[in-house]
Amino acid sequence: MTDTATAVQLDRVSRHYHMGESGVRAVDEVSLSVATGEFLALLGSSGSGKSTLLNLIAGLDRPTSGAIHAHGQNLASLSSLDLARYRRNTIGMIFQSFNLLPRMTLEENIELPLRLAEVDHAERPSRVREALERVRLTHRLGHRPTELSGGEQQRVAIARALVNRPKILLADEPTGNLDSATGEAILSLLRELQGGLGMTIVMVTHERRLAEHFADRLAVMGDGKLISISAVPKGVVE
Amino acid sequence: MKPRDLTDLALRNLREAVLRNALTTLGVAVGVASLVAMLSLGVGLQQLASKRLSQSGLFDTIFVTARNSFRGPGRPQRQTVSDKPPRPLDDAARKELEKLANVIEVYPQIRFFTEVRYNTKPYATVVAGMPESSRNSGAFDGMQGQYFSSPNANEAILQIEFAKELSDKPSSLVGQDLVLRYAERQVIPAAGPDSGANSGDMPGGFSVVPKELRLKIIGIVETEPAAGYGGYGNARLLMPLQTASTLRAAQVNDLRDIVRGDTPSDKITYPSLSVRAKSATHVEALETSIRNLGFNAFSLLDASKSLRTFFSVFDLLLGIFGSLALAVATLGIVNTLVMAILERRREIGVLKALGAADSDVQQLFFVEAGVMGLLGGIFGVAFGWLLGRAITFGTNLYLKRQSLNAIELSSVPWWLVVGGLAFAVLVSLVAGLYPASRAARLNPIDALRYE
Repeated sequence: MTDTATAVQLDRVSRHYHMGESGVRAVDEVSLSVATGEFLALLGSSGSGKSTLLNLIAGLDRPTSGAIHAHGQNLASLSSLDLARYRRNTIGMIFQSFNLLPRMTLEENIELPLRLAEVDHAERPSRVREALERVRLTHRLGHRPTELSGGEQQRVAIARALVNRPKILLADEPTGNLDSATGEAILSLLRELQGGLGMTIVMVTHERRLAEHFADRLAVMGDGKLISISAVPKGVVE
Repeated sequence: MKPRDLTDLALRNLREAVLRNALTTLGVAVGVASLVAMLSLGVGLQQLASKRLSQSGLFDTIFVTARNSFRGPGRPQRQTVSDKPPRPLDDAARKELEKLANVIEVYPQIRFFTEVRYNTKPYATVVAGMPESSRNSGAFDGMQGQYFSSPNANEAILQIEFAKELSDKPSSLVGQDLVLRYAERQVIPAAGPDSGANSGDMPGGFSVVPKELRLKIIGIVETEPAAGYGGYGNARLLMPLQTASTLRAAQVNDLRDIVRGDTPSDKITYPSLSVRAKSATHVEALETSIRNLGFNAFSLLDASKSLRTFFSVFDLLLGIFGSLALAVATLGIVNTLVMAILERRREIGVLKALGAADSDVQQLFFVEAGVMGLLGGIFGVAFGWLLGRAITFGTNLYLKRQSLNAIELSSVPWWLVVGGLAFAVLVSLVAGLYPASRAARLNPIDALRYE
């Protein structure tokens, strides 16, 4: 189903929820292919199903029907333990509200995925330093997240997502809690990582302007369906 | 996750809600403490009873009598098939018994009823000779005054009730002298043909000569040691066995032997001998060996077994009562961890998004429960030990006021320490089962959406 050029392949993926008597089709028969190294923006209004689709790609949720392949793995056939391994090794995730653990220092937050992946203790400091350098944050590492600005917190979250060297970075409204200048700086950073590491990025956003500015392609969703998918003219990206 | 990371994260989580977790741990500690204190009292009482019983010599002593003895033990004699003639219980027999395996010592029972004069007033009492081994058996622990200065000293230790009879202030008796008046046995040779007509072919006998011996009172003891089976009644005046045996005081069996027609002689025969075994476990085998030598043997074997049964049941009941507090404490653990799930919902979601498996989350909560159990166990065992010491201290204060000897009421053996810790951890892990599985089943999407 997938080749090396395809990072994520969705085939008629649906996700239905039951709310009392009625059913909700959060994602309805979506087929989509994301190329390796591509920066795809998922656009749509609230409730359009874009976050649900992102969670399905992240392996946090399972589709009601359809198939999702990511780097050769069929997510539907993975056990919950293998799905956890997939999230740990193939996926990096960042969120609108950063989701850093407030009780840990920045360094400890970044180290957390290394603990889960059982990376050797000796190797961890260099891996943390490497991730921090990528997001250009080298000071206040012993501080707690609440002592940092929003932009700095999101940089730490990106470093945490990168520390296990994932192939795909999933971003759920990464600029939603940031002012426009900081938001642009974060997206510039993502764009840079995409180019530098050859990383595939799928970003959910409702800010069309930013998406057009930084992404390679735009996929627009409405009522759980994929309404349109279009490449961004190169001039806009630059 | 690696065990080191799991423990590290668990300890970090416990430190974050330090007051609540400390209170929960304290609850476990109180539960374990009550369990340990209860059981330590049970064990202490058992040891106290066993010690007293072993000091009494009841369970490691075999009473040996000659097979022709009229005076058998208080229950029917076991029928022994033996064609050997009955053997006298003399010095040769005593030496033979001493050579048997696992025998500490063999000593005769010397007890006689006689008169004691103190301040010229007569008092009737039973006198007993104490073997040298009684010095170290602990039977005289807590006595007033001293033990006999030598095995053949002319000294006496009085039983407290007898001492009260002699004086209103028993303790003032120590250092005083008393006079023992006794009947010495002097053998009359068998009558020859030239004797008077009445003698005929009658065997010889013995004459009884009144004698006196001055004894120094050197101590007062509350109970008579070895007042067990085989006595002629509780002796109230104790003297060294060797001193008592040189008196050649007429004893009950002397008269018996005359009546039965045995020829009395200077050769000593004992009414009974006490054989002390190294421990109660050797008693049964020794009894058989003694019977094979041609003597009657009797011991109190079964009493110690039923005592152990009693204390097992007693400890079990104490353990159940002690566990009740621990049962309440486990509810505290469940409550604390369930609260922690609610508080750490988002954190659990983040962990799962970062790649934590359900089992990682489950183990994390498990370790947290286990650490609370272990810490609670450590403090609980310490508290329990202290509680036992406090009860012992209080009891001894009371006993001292009643002029009684101090006792060791509680005892915490190593198995109680290890068992208390293991039980605390085990119970805590069981309490952590439900919260841990609930945390593991948490849907990460719901958890991340939760504000």
